[in-house]
Amino acid sequence: MNATSIMLRQPVAEQVPSRGRVAMVSLIGAESAIFTIFVVAYIFYIGKSLSGPAPQDVLKAPVLYSICLLSSSVTIHFAGKALRQGKAAVFSRWWFATITLGAIFLFGTAREWQRLIYHEGLTISTNLFGTTYFSLVGLHAFHVIVGLLCLTLVLIFAVLGHVEPKHEYQVELLSLYWHFVDTVWVVVFTVVYIVGR
Amino acid sequence: MRTSSYDGWYRGSARGLFVLCCSGEVFALPWQSLSPTNIFAPASKPADSIYGVSLFVLAVTGAIFAIVFSLLVYTVVRFRKKTDDRSEPPQVYGSTQVEVAWTVVPILIVVALFMATVRVIADTQKVVRPDNGLEVVAVGHQFWWEYRYPGLGIVTANELHVPVSDTGRPTPTFVTLLSADTDHSFWVPRLAGKTDLIPNHPNRMWIDPRETGLFLGQCAQYCGTQHAKMLLRVYVQTRDDFEHWVEAQKQTPRPTSVPSEGQRIFESTACINCHSVAGTAANGRFGPDLTHLMSRDTIAAGVAANTDENLRRWIRNPDTVKPGALMPAMQLNEQELDAVTAYLETLR
Amino acid sequence: MSTNSTTWSAAAGEPRAIVDLIHEWVTTVDHKRLGLLYIAYALVFLIVGGIEATVLRLQLIRPHNNLVSPQVFNRMFTMHGTTMIFFVVMPMLFGFANYLIPLMIGARDMAFPRLNAFSFWVTAFGGLLLYFSLVGANGLYGAGNAPDVGWFAYAPLTSQTFSLGHSTDFWILALLVSGFGSIGTAINILATILCMRCPGMSLGKMPLFAWLYLVTAALVVLAISPLTAAQIMLLVDRYLGGHFFDTQAGGSAVIWMHFFWIFGHPEVYVLVLPAFAFASEIIPVFSRKPIFGYSVMVAATVAIGFISMSVWAHHMFTVGMGAGANTFFVLSTMAIAVPTGIKIFNWLATMWGGKIEFKTPMLFCVGFLFQFLIAGLTGIMLSCAPFDWQLGNSYFVVAHFHYVIVGGILFTTFAAMYYWFPKMTGRMYSERLGQLHFWLFLIGFHLTFDFMHIPGLLGMPRRIYTYEPGRGWDSWNLIVTVGVFFQAAAILVLFVNLLWSYSRGAHAGGDPWDAWTLEWSVPSPPPTYNFASIPTIRSRRPLWDLKHLDDPDWMYEGTR
Repeated sequence: MNATSIMLRQPVAEQVPSRGRVAMVSLIGAESAIFTIFVVAYIFYIGKSLSGPAPQDVLKAPVLYSICLLSSSVTIHFAGKALRQGKAAVFSRWWFATITLGAIFLFGTAREWQRLIYHEGLTISTNLFGTTYFSLVGLHAFHVIVGLLCLTLVLIFAVLGHVEPKHEYQVELLSLYWHFVDTVWVVVFTVVYIVGR
Repeated sequence: MRTSSYDGWYRGSARGLFVLCCSGEVFALPWQSLSPTNIFAPASKPADSIYGVSLFVLAVTGAIFAIVFSLLVYTVVRFRKKTDDRSEPPQVYGSTQVEVAWTVVPILIVVALFMATVRVIADTQKVVRPDNGLEVVAVGHQFWWEYRYPGLGIVTANELHVPVSDTGRPTPTFVTLLSADTDHSFWVPRLAGKTDLIPNHPNRMWIDPRETGLFLGQCAQYCGTQHAKMLLRVYVQTRDDFEHWVEAQKQTPRPTSVPSEGQRIFESTACINCHSVAGTAANGRFGPDLTHLMSRDTIAAGVAANTDENLRRWIRNPDTVKPGALMPAMQLNEQELDAVTAYLETLR
Repeated sequence: MSTNSTTWSAAAGEPRAIVDLIHEWVTTVDHKRLGLLYIAYALVFLIVGGIEATVLRLQLIRPHNNLVSPQVFNRMFTMHGTTMIFFVVMPMLFGFANYLIPLMIGARDMAFPRLNAFSFWVTAFGGLLLYFSLVGANGLYGAGNAPDVGWFAYAPLTSQTFSLGHSTDFWILALLVSGFGSIGTAINILATILCMRCPGMSLGKMPLFAWLYLVTAALVVLAISPLTAAQIMLLVDRYLGGHFFDTQAGGSAVIWMHFFWIFGHPEVYVLVLPAFAFASEIIPVFSRKPIFGYSVMVAATVAIGFISMSVWAHHMFTVGMGAGANTFFVLSTMAIAVPTGIKIFNWLATMWGGKIEFKTPMLFCVGFLFQFLIAGLTGIMLSCAPFDWQLGNSYFVVAHFHYVIVGGILFTTFAAMYYWFPKMTGRMYSERLGQLHFWLFLIGFHLTFDFMHIPGLLGMPRRIYTYEPGRGWDSWNLIVTVGVFFQAAAILVLFVNLLWSYSRGAHAGGDPWDAWTLEWSVPSPPPTYNFASIPTIRSRRPLWDLKHLDDPDWMYEGTR
């Protein structure tokens, strides 16, 4: 097969995105679709519970914990920057801060759930509000947990000295996921604690 | 495998003729007598409007079919490769004019179809009930139909009676559709399109039949084991007949001084938990109201004729008539069965 | 390391242990082998789904038949629909995607080979999980067993109240699990097509096959997730006491329908766009002309992808959505007919002025064109909401969607099987048996699905295990059932052809069809690494350029 005869001049190299980025963006697309359905269900059922506690009676906006979660997006950004500059120790510290902030957020969610279930009598089976609230916030918390597991794995690798500037690509993809999780929280927070109340 | 030059022609035309004959879209009209549930034999205004727009749609799609089909047949025949021809035909990559043409024309067709459709949607769904319209509430159950006439104080089951609506003085019937359990759908093709009965989602539909007679249909949304046997019977009656029927339904049976053996069994076993008989202790709502059971032509939602033998069979074991029906076999012995059947047969 | 992906011997002349062979196939990450695994899996379930359909049709051959009980019938149609969509058509189409996309774009494998393998095995597991329900789902009063809620599982029929035992849970979990596999494959397809095209292959120069799968994969990513979400909600209802679809607690049955059809409608485009991909590759080659209007075909595909996400509630015209909503969905559904029609015209124009050779793949594609035309037209009838108030949920709808899936998708899938069989196996199939398959299947298909429209027009609803005599449905149902046997015979012929030709067929070279896309530039079957060196291309038909050095495509493509 003579390739030269069909190639009179070199075609211009096309700028293609990287595989990992396409995959992560697609995954985020799929996850966004799932969250959209849960958010739509939540909004649809606002005010439709036949009995039981209403949002305005029992919900307290977790402002502090939300600030923690959203700050973790900032810390993960600085971690990525540090890695690009080759500062492994700085990277580990920012990365650890991200995990800590995420864990604090989860702790906050757990506290709120404990209060709702044991003191306010709101469970997933109480009424429509309970069902949609625990499902939506729970789905988000699940994604936070999965994210934290991945982040912790990377932290372990970092502490063992295996993370280098060349891994910036993978770290960036994970950060993309983490930013997504935080963005979802912005939407969930708005819908549940602002619009829904 | 060599194919003769006529093969393509045969294939094309045979396939064409076959498909043309098989596609019912072209020959709807002669079939009006073929079926009591023929959508092309409307007897009421909603079904009429649908019939009208459906003919328009069929005409348009029929025309499209004829044109494109002919083009396909022509292409398949005309452009067959000659057996030993090894040369390539002229390589044509596209044509903007042609693409524009066959984009614009379909858009225009879509606009026309859409306008015709919107008018019928509005005609059907935005109707306001006139003062002399009849109100009925239909409640779908697994696997029977409950009908309540709130204005007349009547409750019945499975056989809906409505007055005929003549064009001079229309007396349409408005039906509110509810469900006691899962999704159902009310479909009597000759009267109207189907509307679903969905729990916690009341729907409204209306009919104004212009012919008297019995109109058939059945549940059209899968609702469980006996979905297939949830039949519909709509009796369209003259004004007088309808009023007689209403009067008969309004009457409460006179309580007898000594309840019959059958009534005693009926009231002491679990029958009264599900069924109602006006004027007695039976006021269950899970199963059909039996106050005027013998005024109905059929039992078990149209599945069996209302005869002595079928009644006995049904009561002995509903599963032999309608397997999966929610009425349990009441474990009555033969004498009890006789007595209960006799009692029920007094409920006219 | 073997260079031939179907080699049977390890060292010189030594037959391999069967364990080694199985190990190789179970652990493979090669896109070609995974593609073949998907296709084989789909063919097995095609038989299973076909048997289910045969049982359904035998029960309906006459009124008041009692071949099977209503309970068994209801499970049969649920399993038939679920199996055919999720475990036959989807794996079949993913199989062809896996096998062909890297070859067509000049890559050595898919973007994520291990994710690819994972996706296949997860999908396969989903199918087995669905069928495990036959033994694993026994509940109260034998209310377990296979799911019987219909393939779209409307609430509240699926609640614990009305679906006792675990049969519905098997439906939920099987689809949830295989949904992850579908999303994985879609991500792979997107990354492969967007990132791994060979030099010179801009998006505007890749085969239409790749474009159609690109849009398909995007639809999968966006549309499968709503089903996943709805199924999680259903599990919450069934096991955690949730009330998403609990109408007694103020919940909505209609919202399940919305969520399901937001998945369900794009899903049918996921099924049909690959069928278009096959047609768009096969018709040009057998007409000896390039595809007519490549850019318009791409635009139409993208338009279909977008519009398909906005038409879902045409499955809900009878639900009582109100005139405004009904009107909107009529408009969007009719709108999608425009790009779809454009595609039919473009295929027609491709054949026009060509020199058509009616080999088996082309026979099936021509059948597809006729049948998809009719399916589209019955779709237009259904898009008219008032007409749908009569036709919806009747046998007319069943006839319509089988016309699309069998008459459209399955026909082009057969075309694809025959077209790429030589590439995948290195052998040519028997043309005689192929033609026999076509004619038998054509007769059976038309007997069954043409006449199936009529009971719908005469008032026969779907999902009924029997029907009343005297409604004018009897003879039509009989004819419909008779067609099944022709189709079954045809499938038997297909299997005989595939199996016999695999071992005894004439050796096919790299390019038996004188075709023009890159997969025909490698040996048949391709070596594990696909290309000796990654090609650089200059037009949409690189092999045409090589075969017509004086008249290459890239001289003309700029004008179109």
